[in-house]
Amino acid sequence: MSKILMKGNEAVAEAAIRAGCRLYFAYPITPQSELIEYMAKMMPKVGGTFIQAESEVAAINMVYGAAGCGKRVMTSSSSPGIALKQEGISYIAGAELPCVVVNVQRGGPGLGDIQPSQGDYFQATKGGGHGDYRVIVLAPNSVQEFADMASDAFDLADKYRNPVLILADGMLGQMMEPVEFKPAKTTEEIAELGNQHLSWCICPNADGDKKHHHEINSLEIDPQVLEKHVTHMYEKYARIEQNEIRYETFNLSDDNEILCVAWGTASRIVKSAITELKAEGKSIGMIRPITCWPYPYEAVAKAIGPKVKQVYVFELNTGQMLDDVKIAVCGKAPVKFWGKVGGIVFTPAEIKAKLEACF
Amino acid sequence: MEVIAKRPETLTATPFHYCPGCMHGVAHRLIAEAVEEHGLINLMAGVAPVGCSVFAYKFFNFDMAEAAHGRAPAVATGMKRARPEMHVFTYQGDGDLAAIGTAEIVHAANRGEKISVFFVNNAIYGMTGGQMAPTTLPEMKTTTSPYGRKVEDIGYPIRVCELLNTLVAPYYIERVSLLSPAEIIKAKKAVGKAIKYNKENRGFTFVEFISTCPTNWGMKPDLARDWARENMLPFYKPGCFRDKGEGVES
Repeated sequence: MSKILMKGNEAVAEAAIRAGCRLYFAYPITPQSELIEYMAKMMPKVGGTFIQAESEVAAINMVYGAAGCGKRVMTSSSSPGIALKQEGISYIAGAELPCVVVNVQRGGPGLGDIQPSQGDYFQATKGGGHGDYRVIVLAPNSVQEFADMASDAFDLADKYRNPVLILADGMLGQMMEPVEFKPAKTTEEIAELGNQHLSWCICPNADGDKKHHHEINSLEIDPQVLEKHVTHMYEKYARIEQNEIRYETFNLSDDNEILCVAWGTASRIVKSAITELKAEGKSIGMIRPITCWPYPYEAVAKAIGPKVKQVYVFELNTGQMLDDVKIAVCGKAPVKFWGKVGGIVFTPAEIKAKLEACF
Repeated sequence: MEVIAKRPETLTATPFHYCPGCMHGVAHRLIAEAVEEHGLINLMAGVAPVGCSVFAYKFFNFDMAEAAHGRAPAVATGMKRARPEMHVFTYQGDGDLAAIGTAEIVHAANRGEKISVFFVNNAIYGMTGGQMAPTTLPEMKTTTSPYGRKVEDIGYPIRVCELLNTLVAPYYIERVSLLSPAEIIKAKKAVGKAIKYNKENRGFTFVEFISTCPTNWGMKPDLARDWARENMLPFYKPGCFRDKGEGVES
């Protein structure tokens, strides 16, 4: 299949439809509006459901209802809207339902602005909503990867019965790049994806003795029962940590004097700076977490080569992933941070200057 | 031996946890009977609220979802859209539906979602211990209006049927009371109609039950019913506001 030039917001929507998503509920917000508009246009054409909800809160609860019926369902928003969805995400995690949420991050806190930011890393990876739960977080750094992650996210959500968050930003949402799509799932394949959940989801009852009573629920009033449920969820999270960690390395070698750690949009810019420095004979490597939860702690630790004198973290925030890098590095090398905030994206030249100062 | 009364198949054997004199059990039974009578036990799914009826998912013998506080109409929307072959209702109290969930109920009704909403109005928060509800009457004392509800400070109670009746989409809106056997028989007819319209996918159907809370009102059940008749029914007048099936339009 040939490549199509598309905005990230539209590419992820198209990829979600191809992955079998036929239910989408959301509320407009910049800079993700092309996503909701694409769904509004395309869902009726594929026999799907699109509802512009009255609020982010209603949208995530529509997702809860549809996910409880075992169907592939998605919502999307940008930072302030994702904050509003956190109550529902906690309920979805607690009830162990599969769903996909896309966050096209913008500047914050509060109303912030509408420029690209990575300010929601804490919210995405360290809770977000109330209670003990985890959300699988995938962070793309190109339009192609943003699109590819849609089907990965649905597969992971189905596999673990857990919400999966795609953590993009205004840059990836708005930027156009060539993208190649996976083949679209057939009607039969989509039906089969729903059937895998028939043992627990809300669905028509079989007659007679086979009659079921399925409960979609996160309430366990008995502390012993709730303890058992949360423990069960943590066993599931341990399996996810074991099986689903993803990262990319760039220019790693035993000669590296600096190890950079960056994710999402920031990692592209760091890569450009490293490429320029490499041409000048400097040895700098980079590791990019693709899953922000589960976090690749071991991989980051292993990426520290014998000659590394500085680990340098670059983010479009005030240092949120930095904490995870420090846990991974565990004192083996000095860790430094530099970031831009307010929706301002750093340039390769700025990163290059920061790195040059370390030699 | 001839069986003359039994639990409908649509209720589980789990005993109701409600207080003596509470009418949730009556409302549950009316809904369960209607679901059974319309042969929907295998195709019905309900949404329980947060409030005294939070465990409704344990009582109804079909698939149930437990929603976050106030969000039941949004959850029901997601369920009905995901599985249009199923029939969906929500069961909500006055705090859940008329305070924290005001947006969800208004917009589900306004979209004409093909669901039924059963709304129990007893003018107080029960489960949290008797706080003021959006439907608490003027001068009525609760734990958060200890000097009586002051309308100049907190406004007047909300009449939800009348509010929803300003919208174009809803198909059926009726208010009934559960204060006497005769009224319960009338309520049964309204519930039956809502479930029938639901079965036929006609549109949004809404039944409000005027109920009591003897525990948090601090009254014996019979006195609570008398109090509701004297104080609630004049403000929340029972009646059919909308029935597009029978040509009753606002």
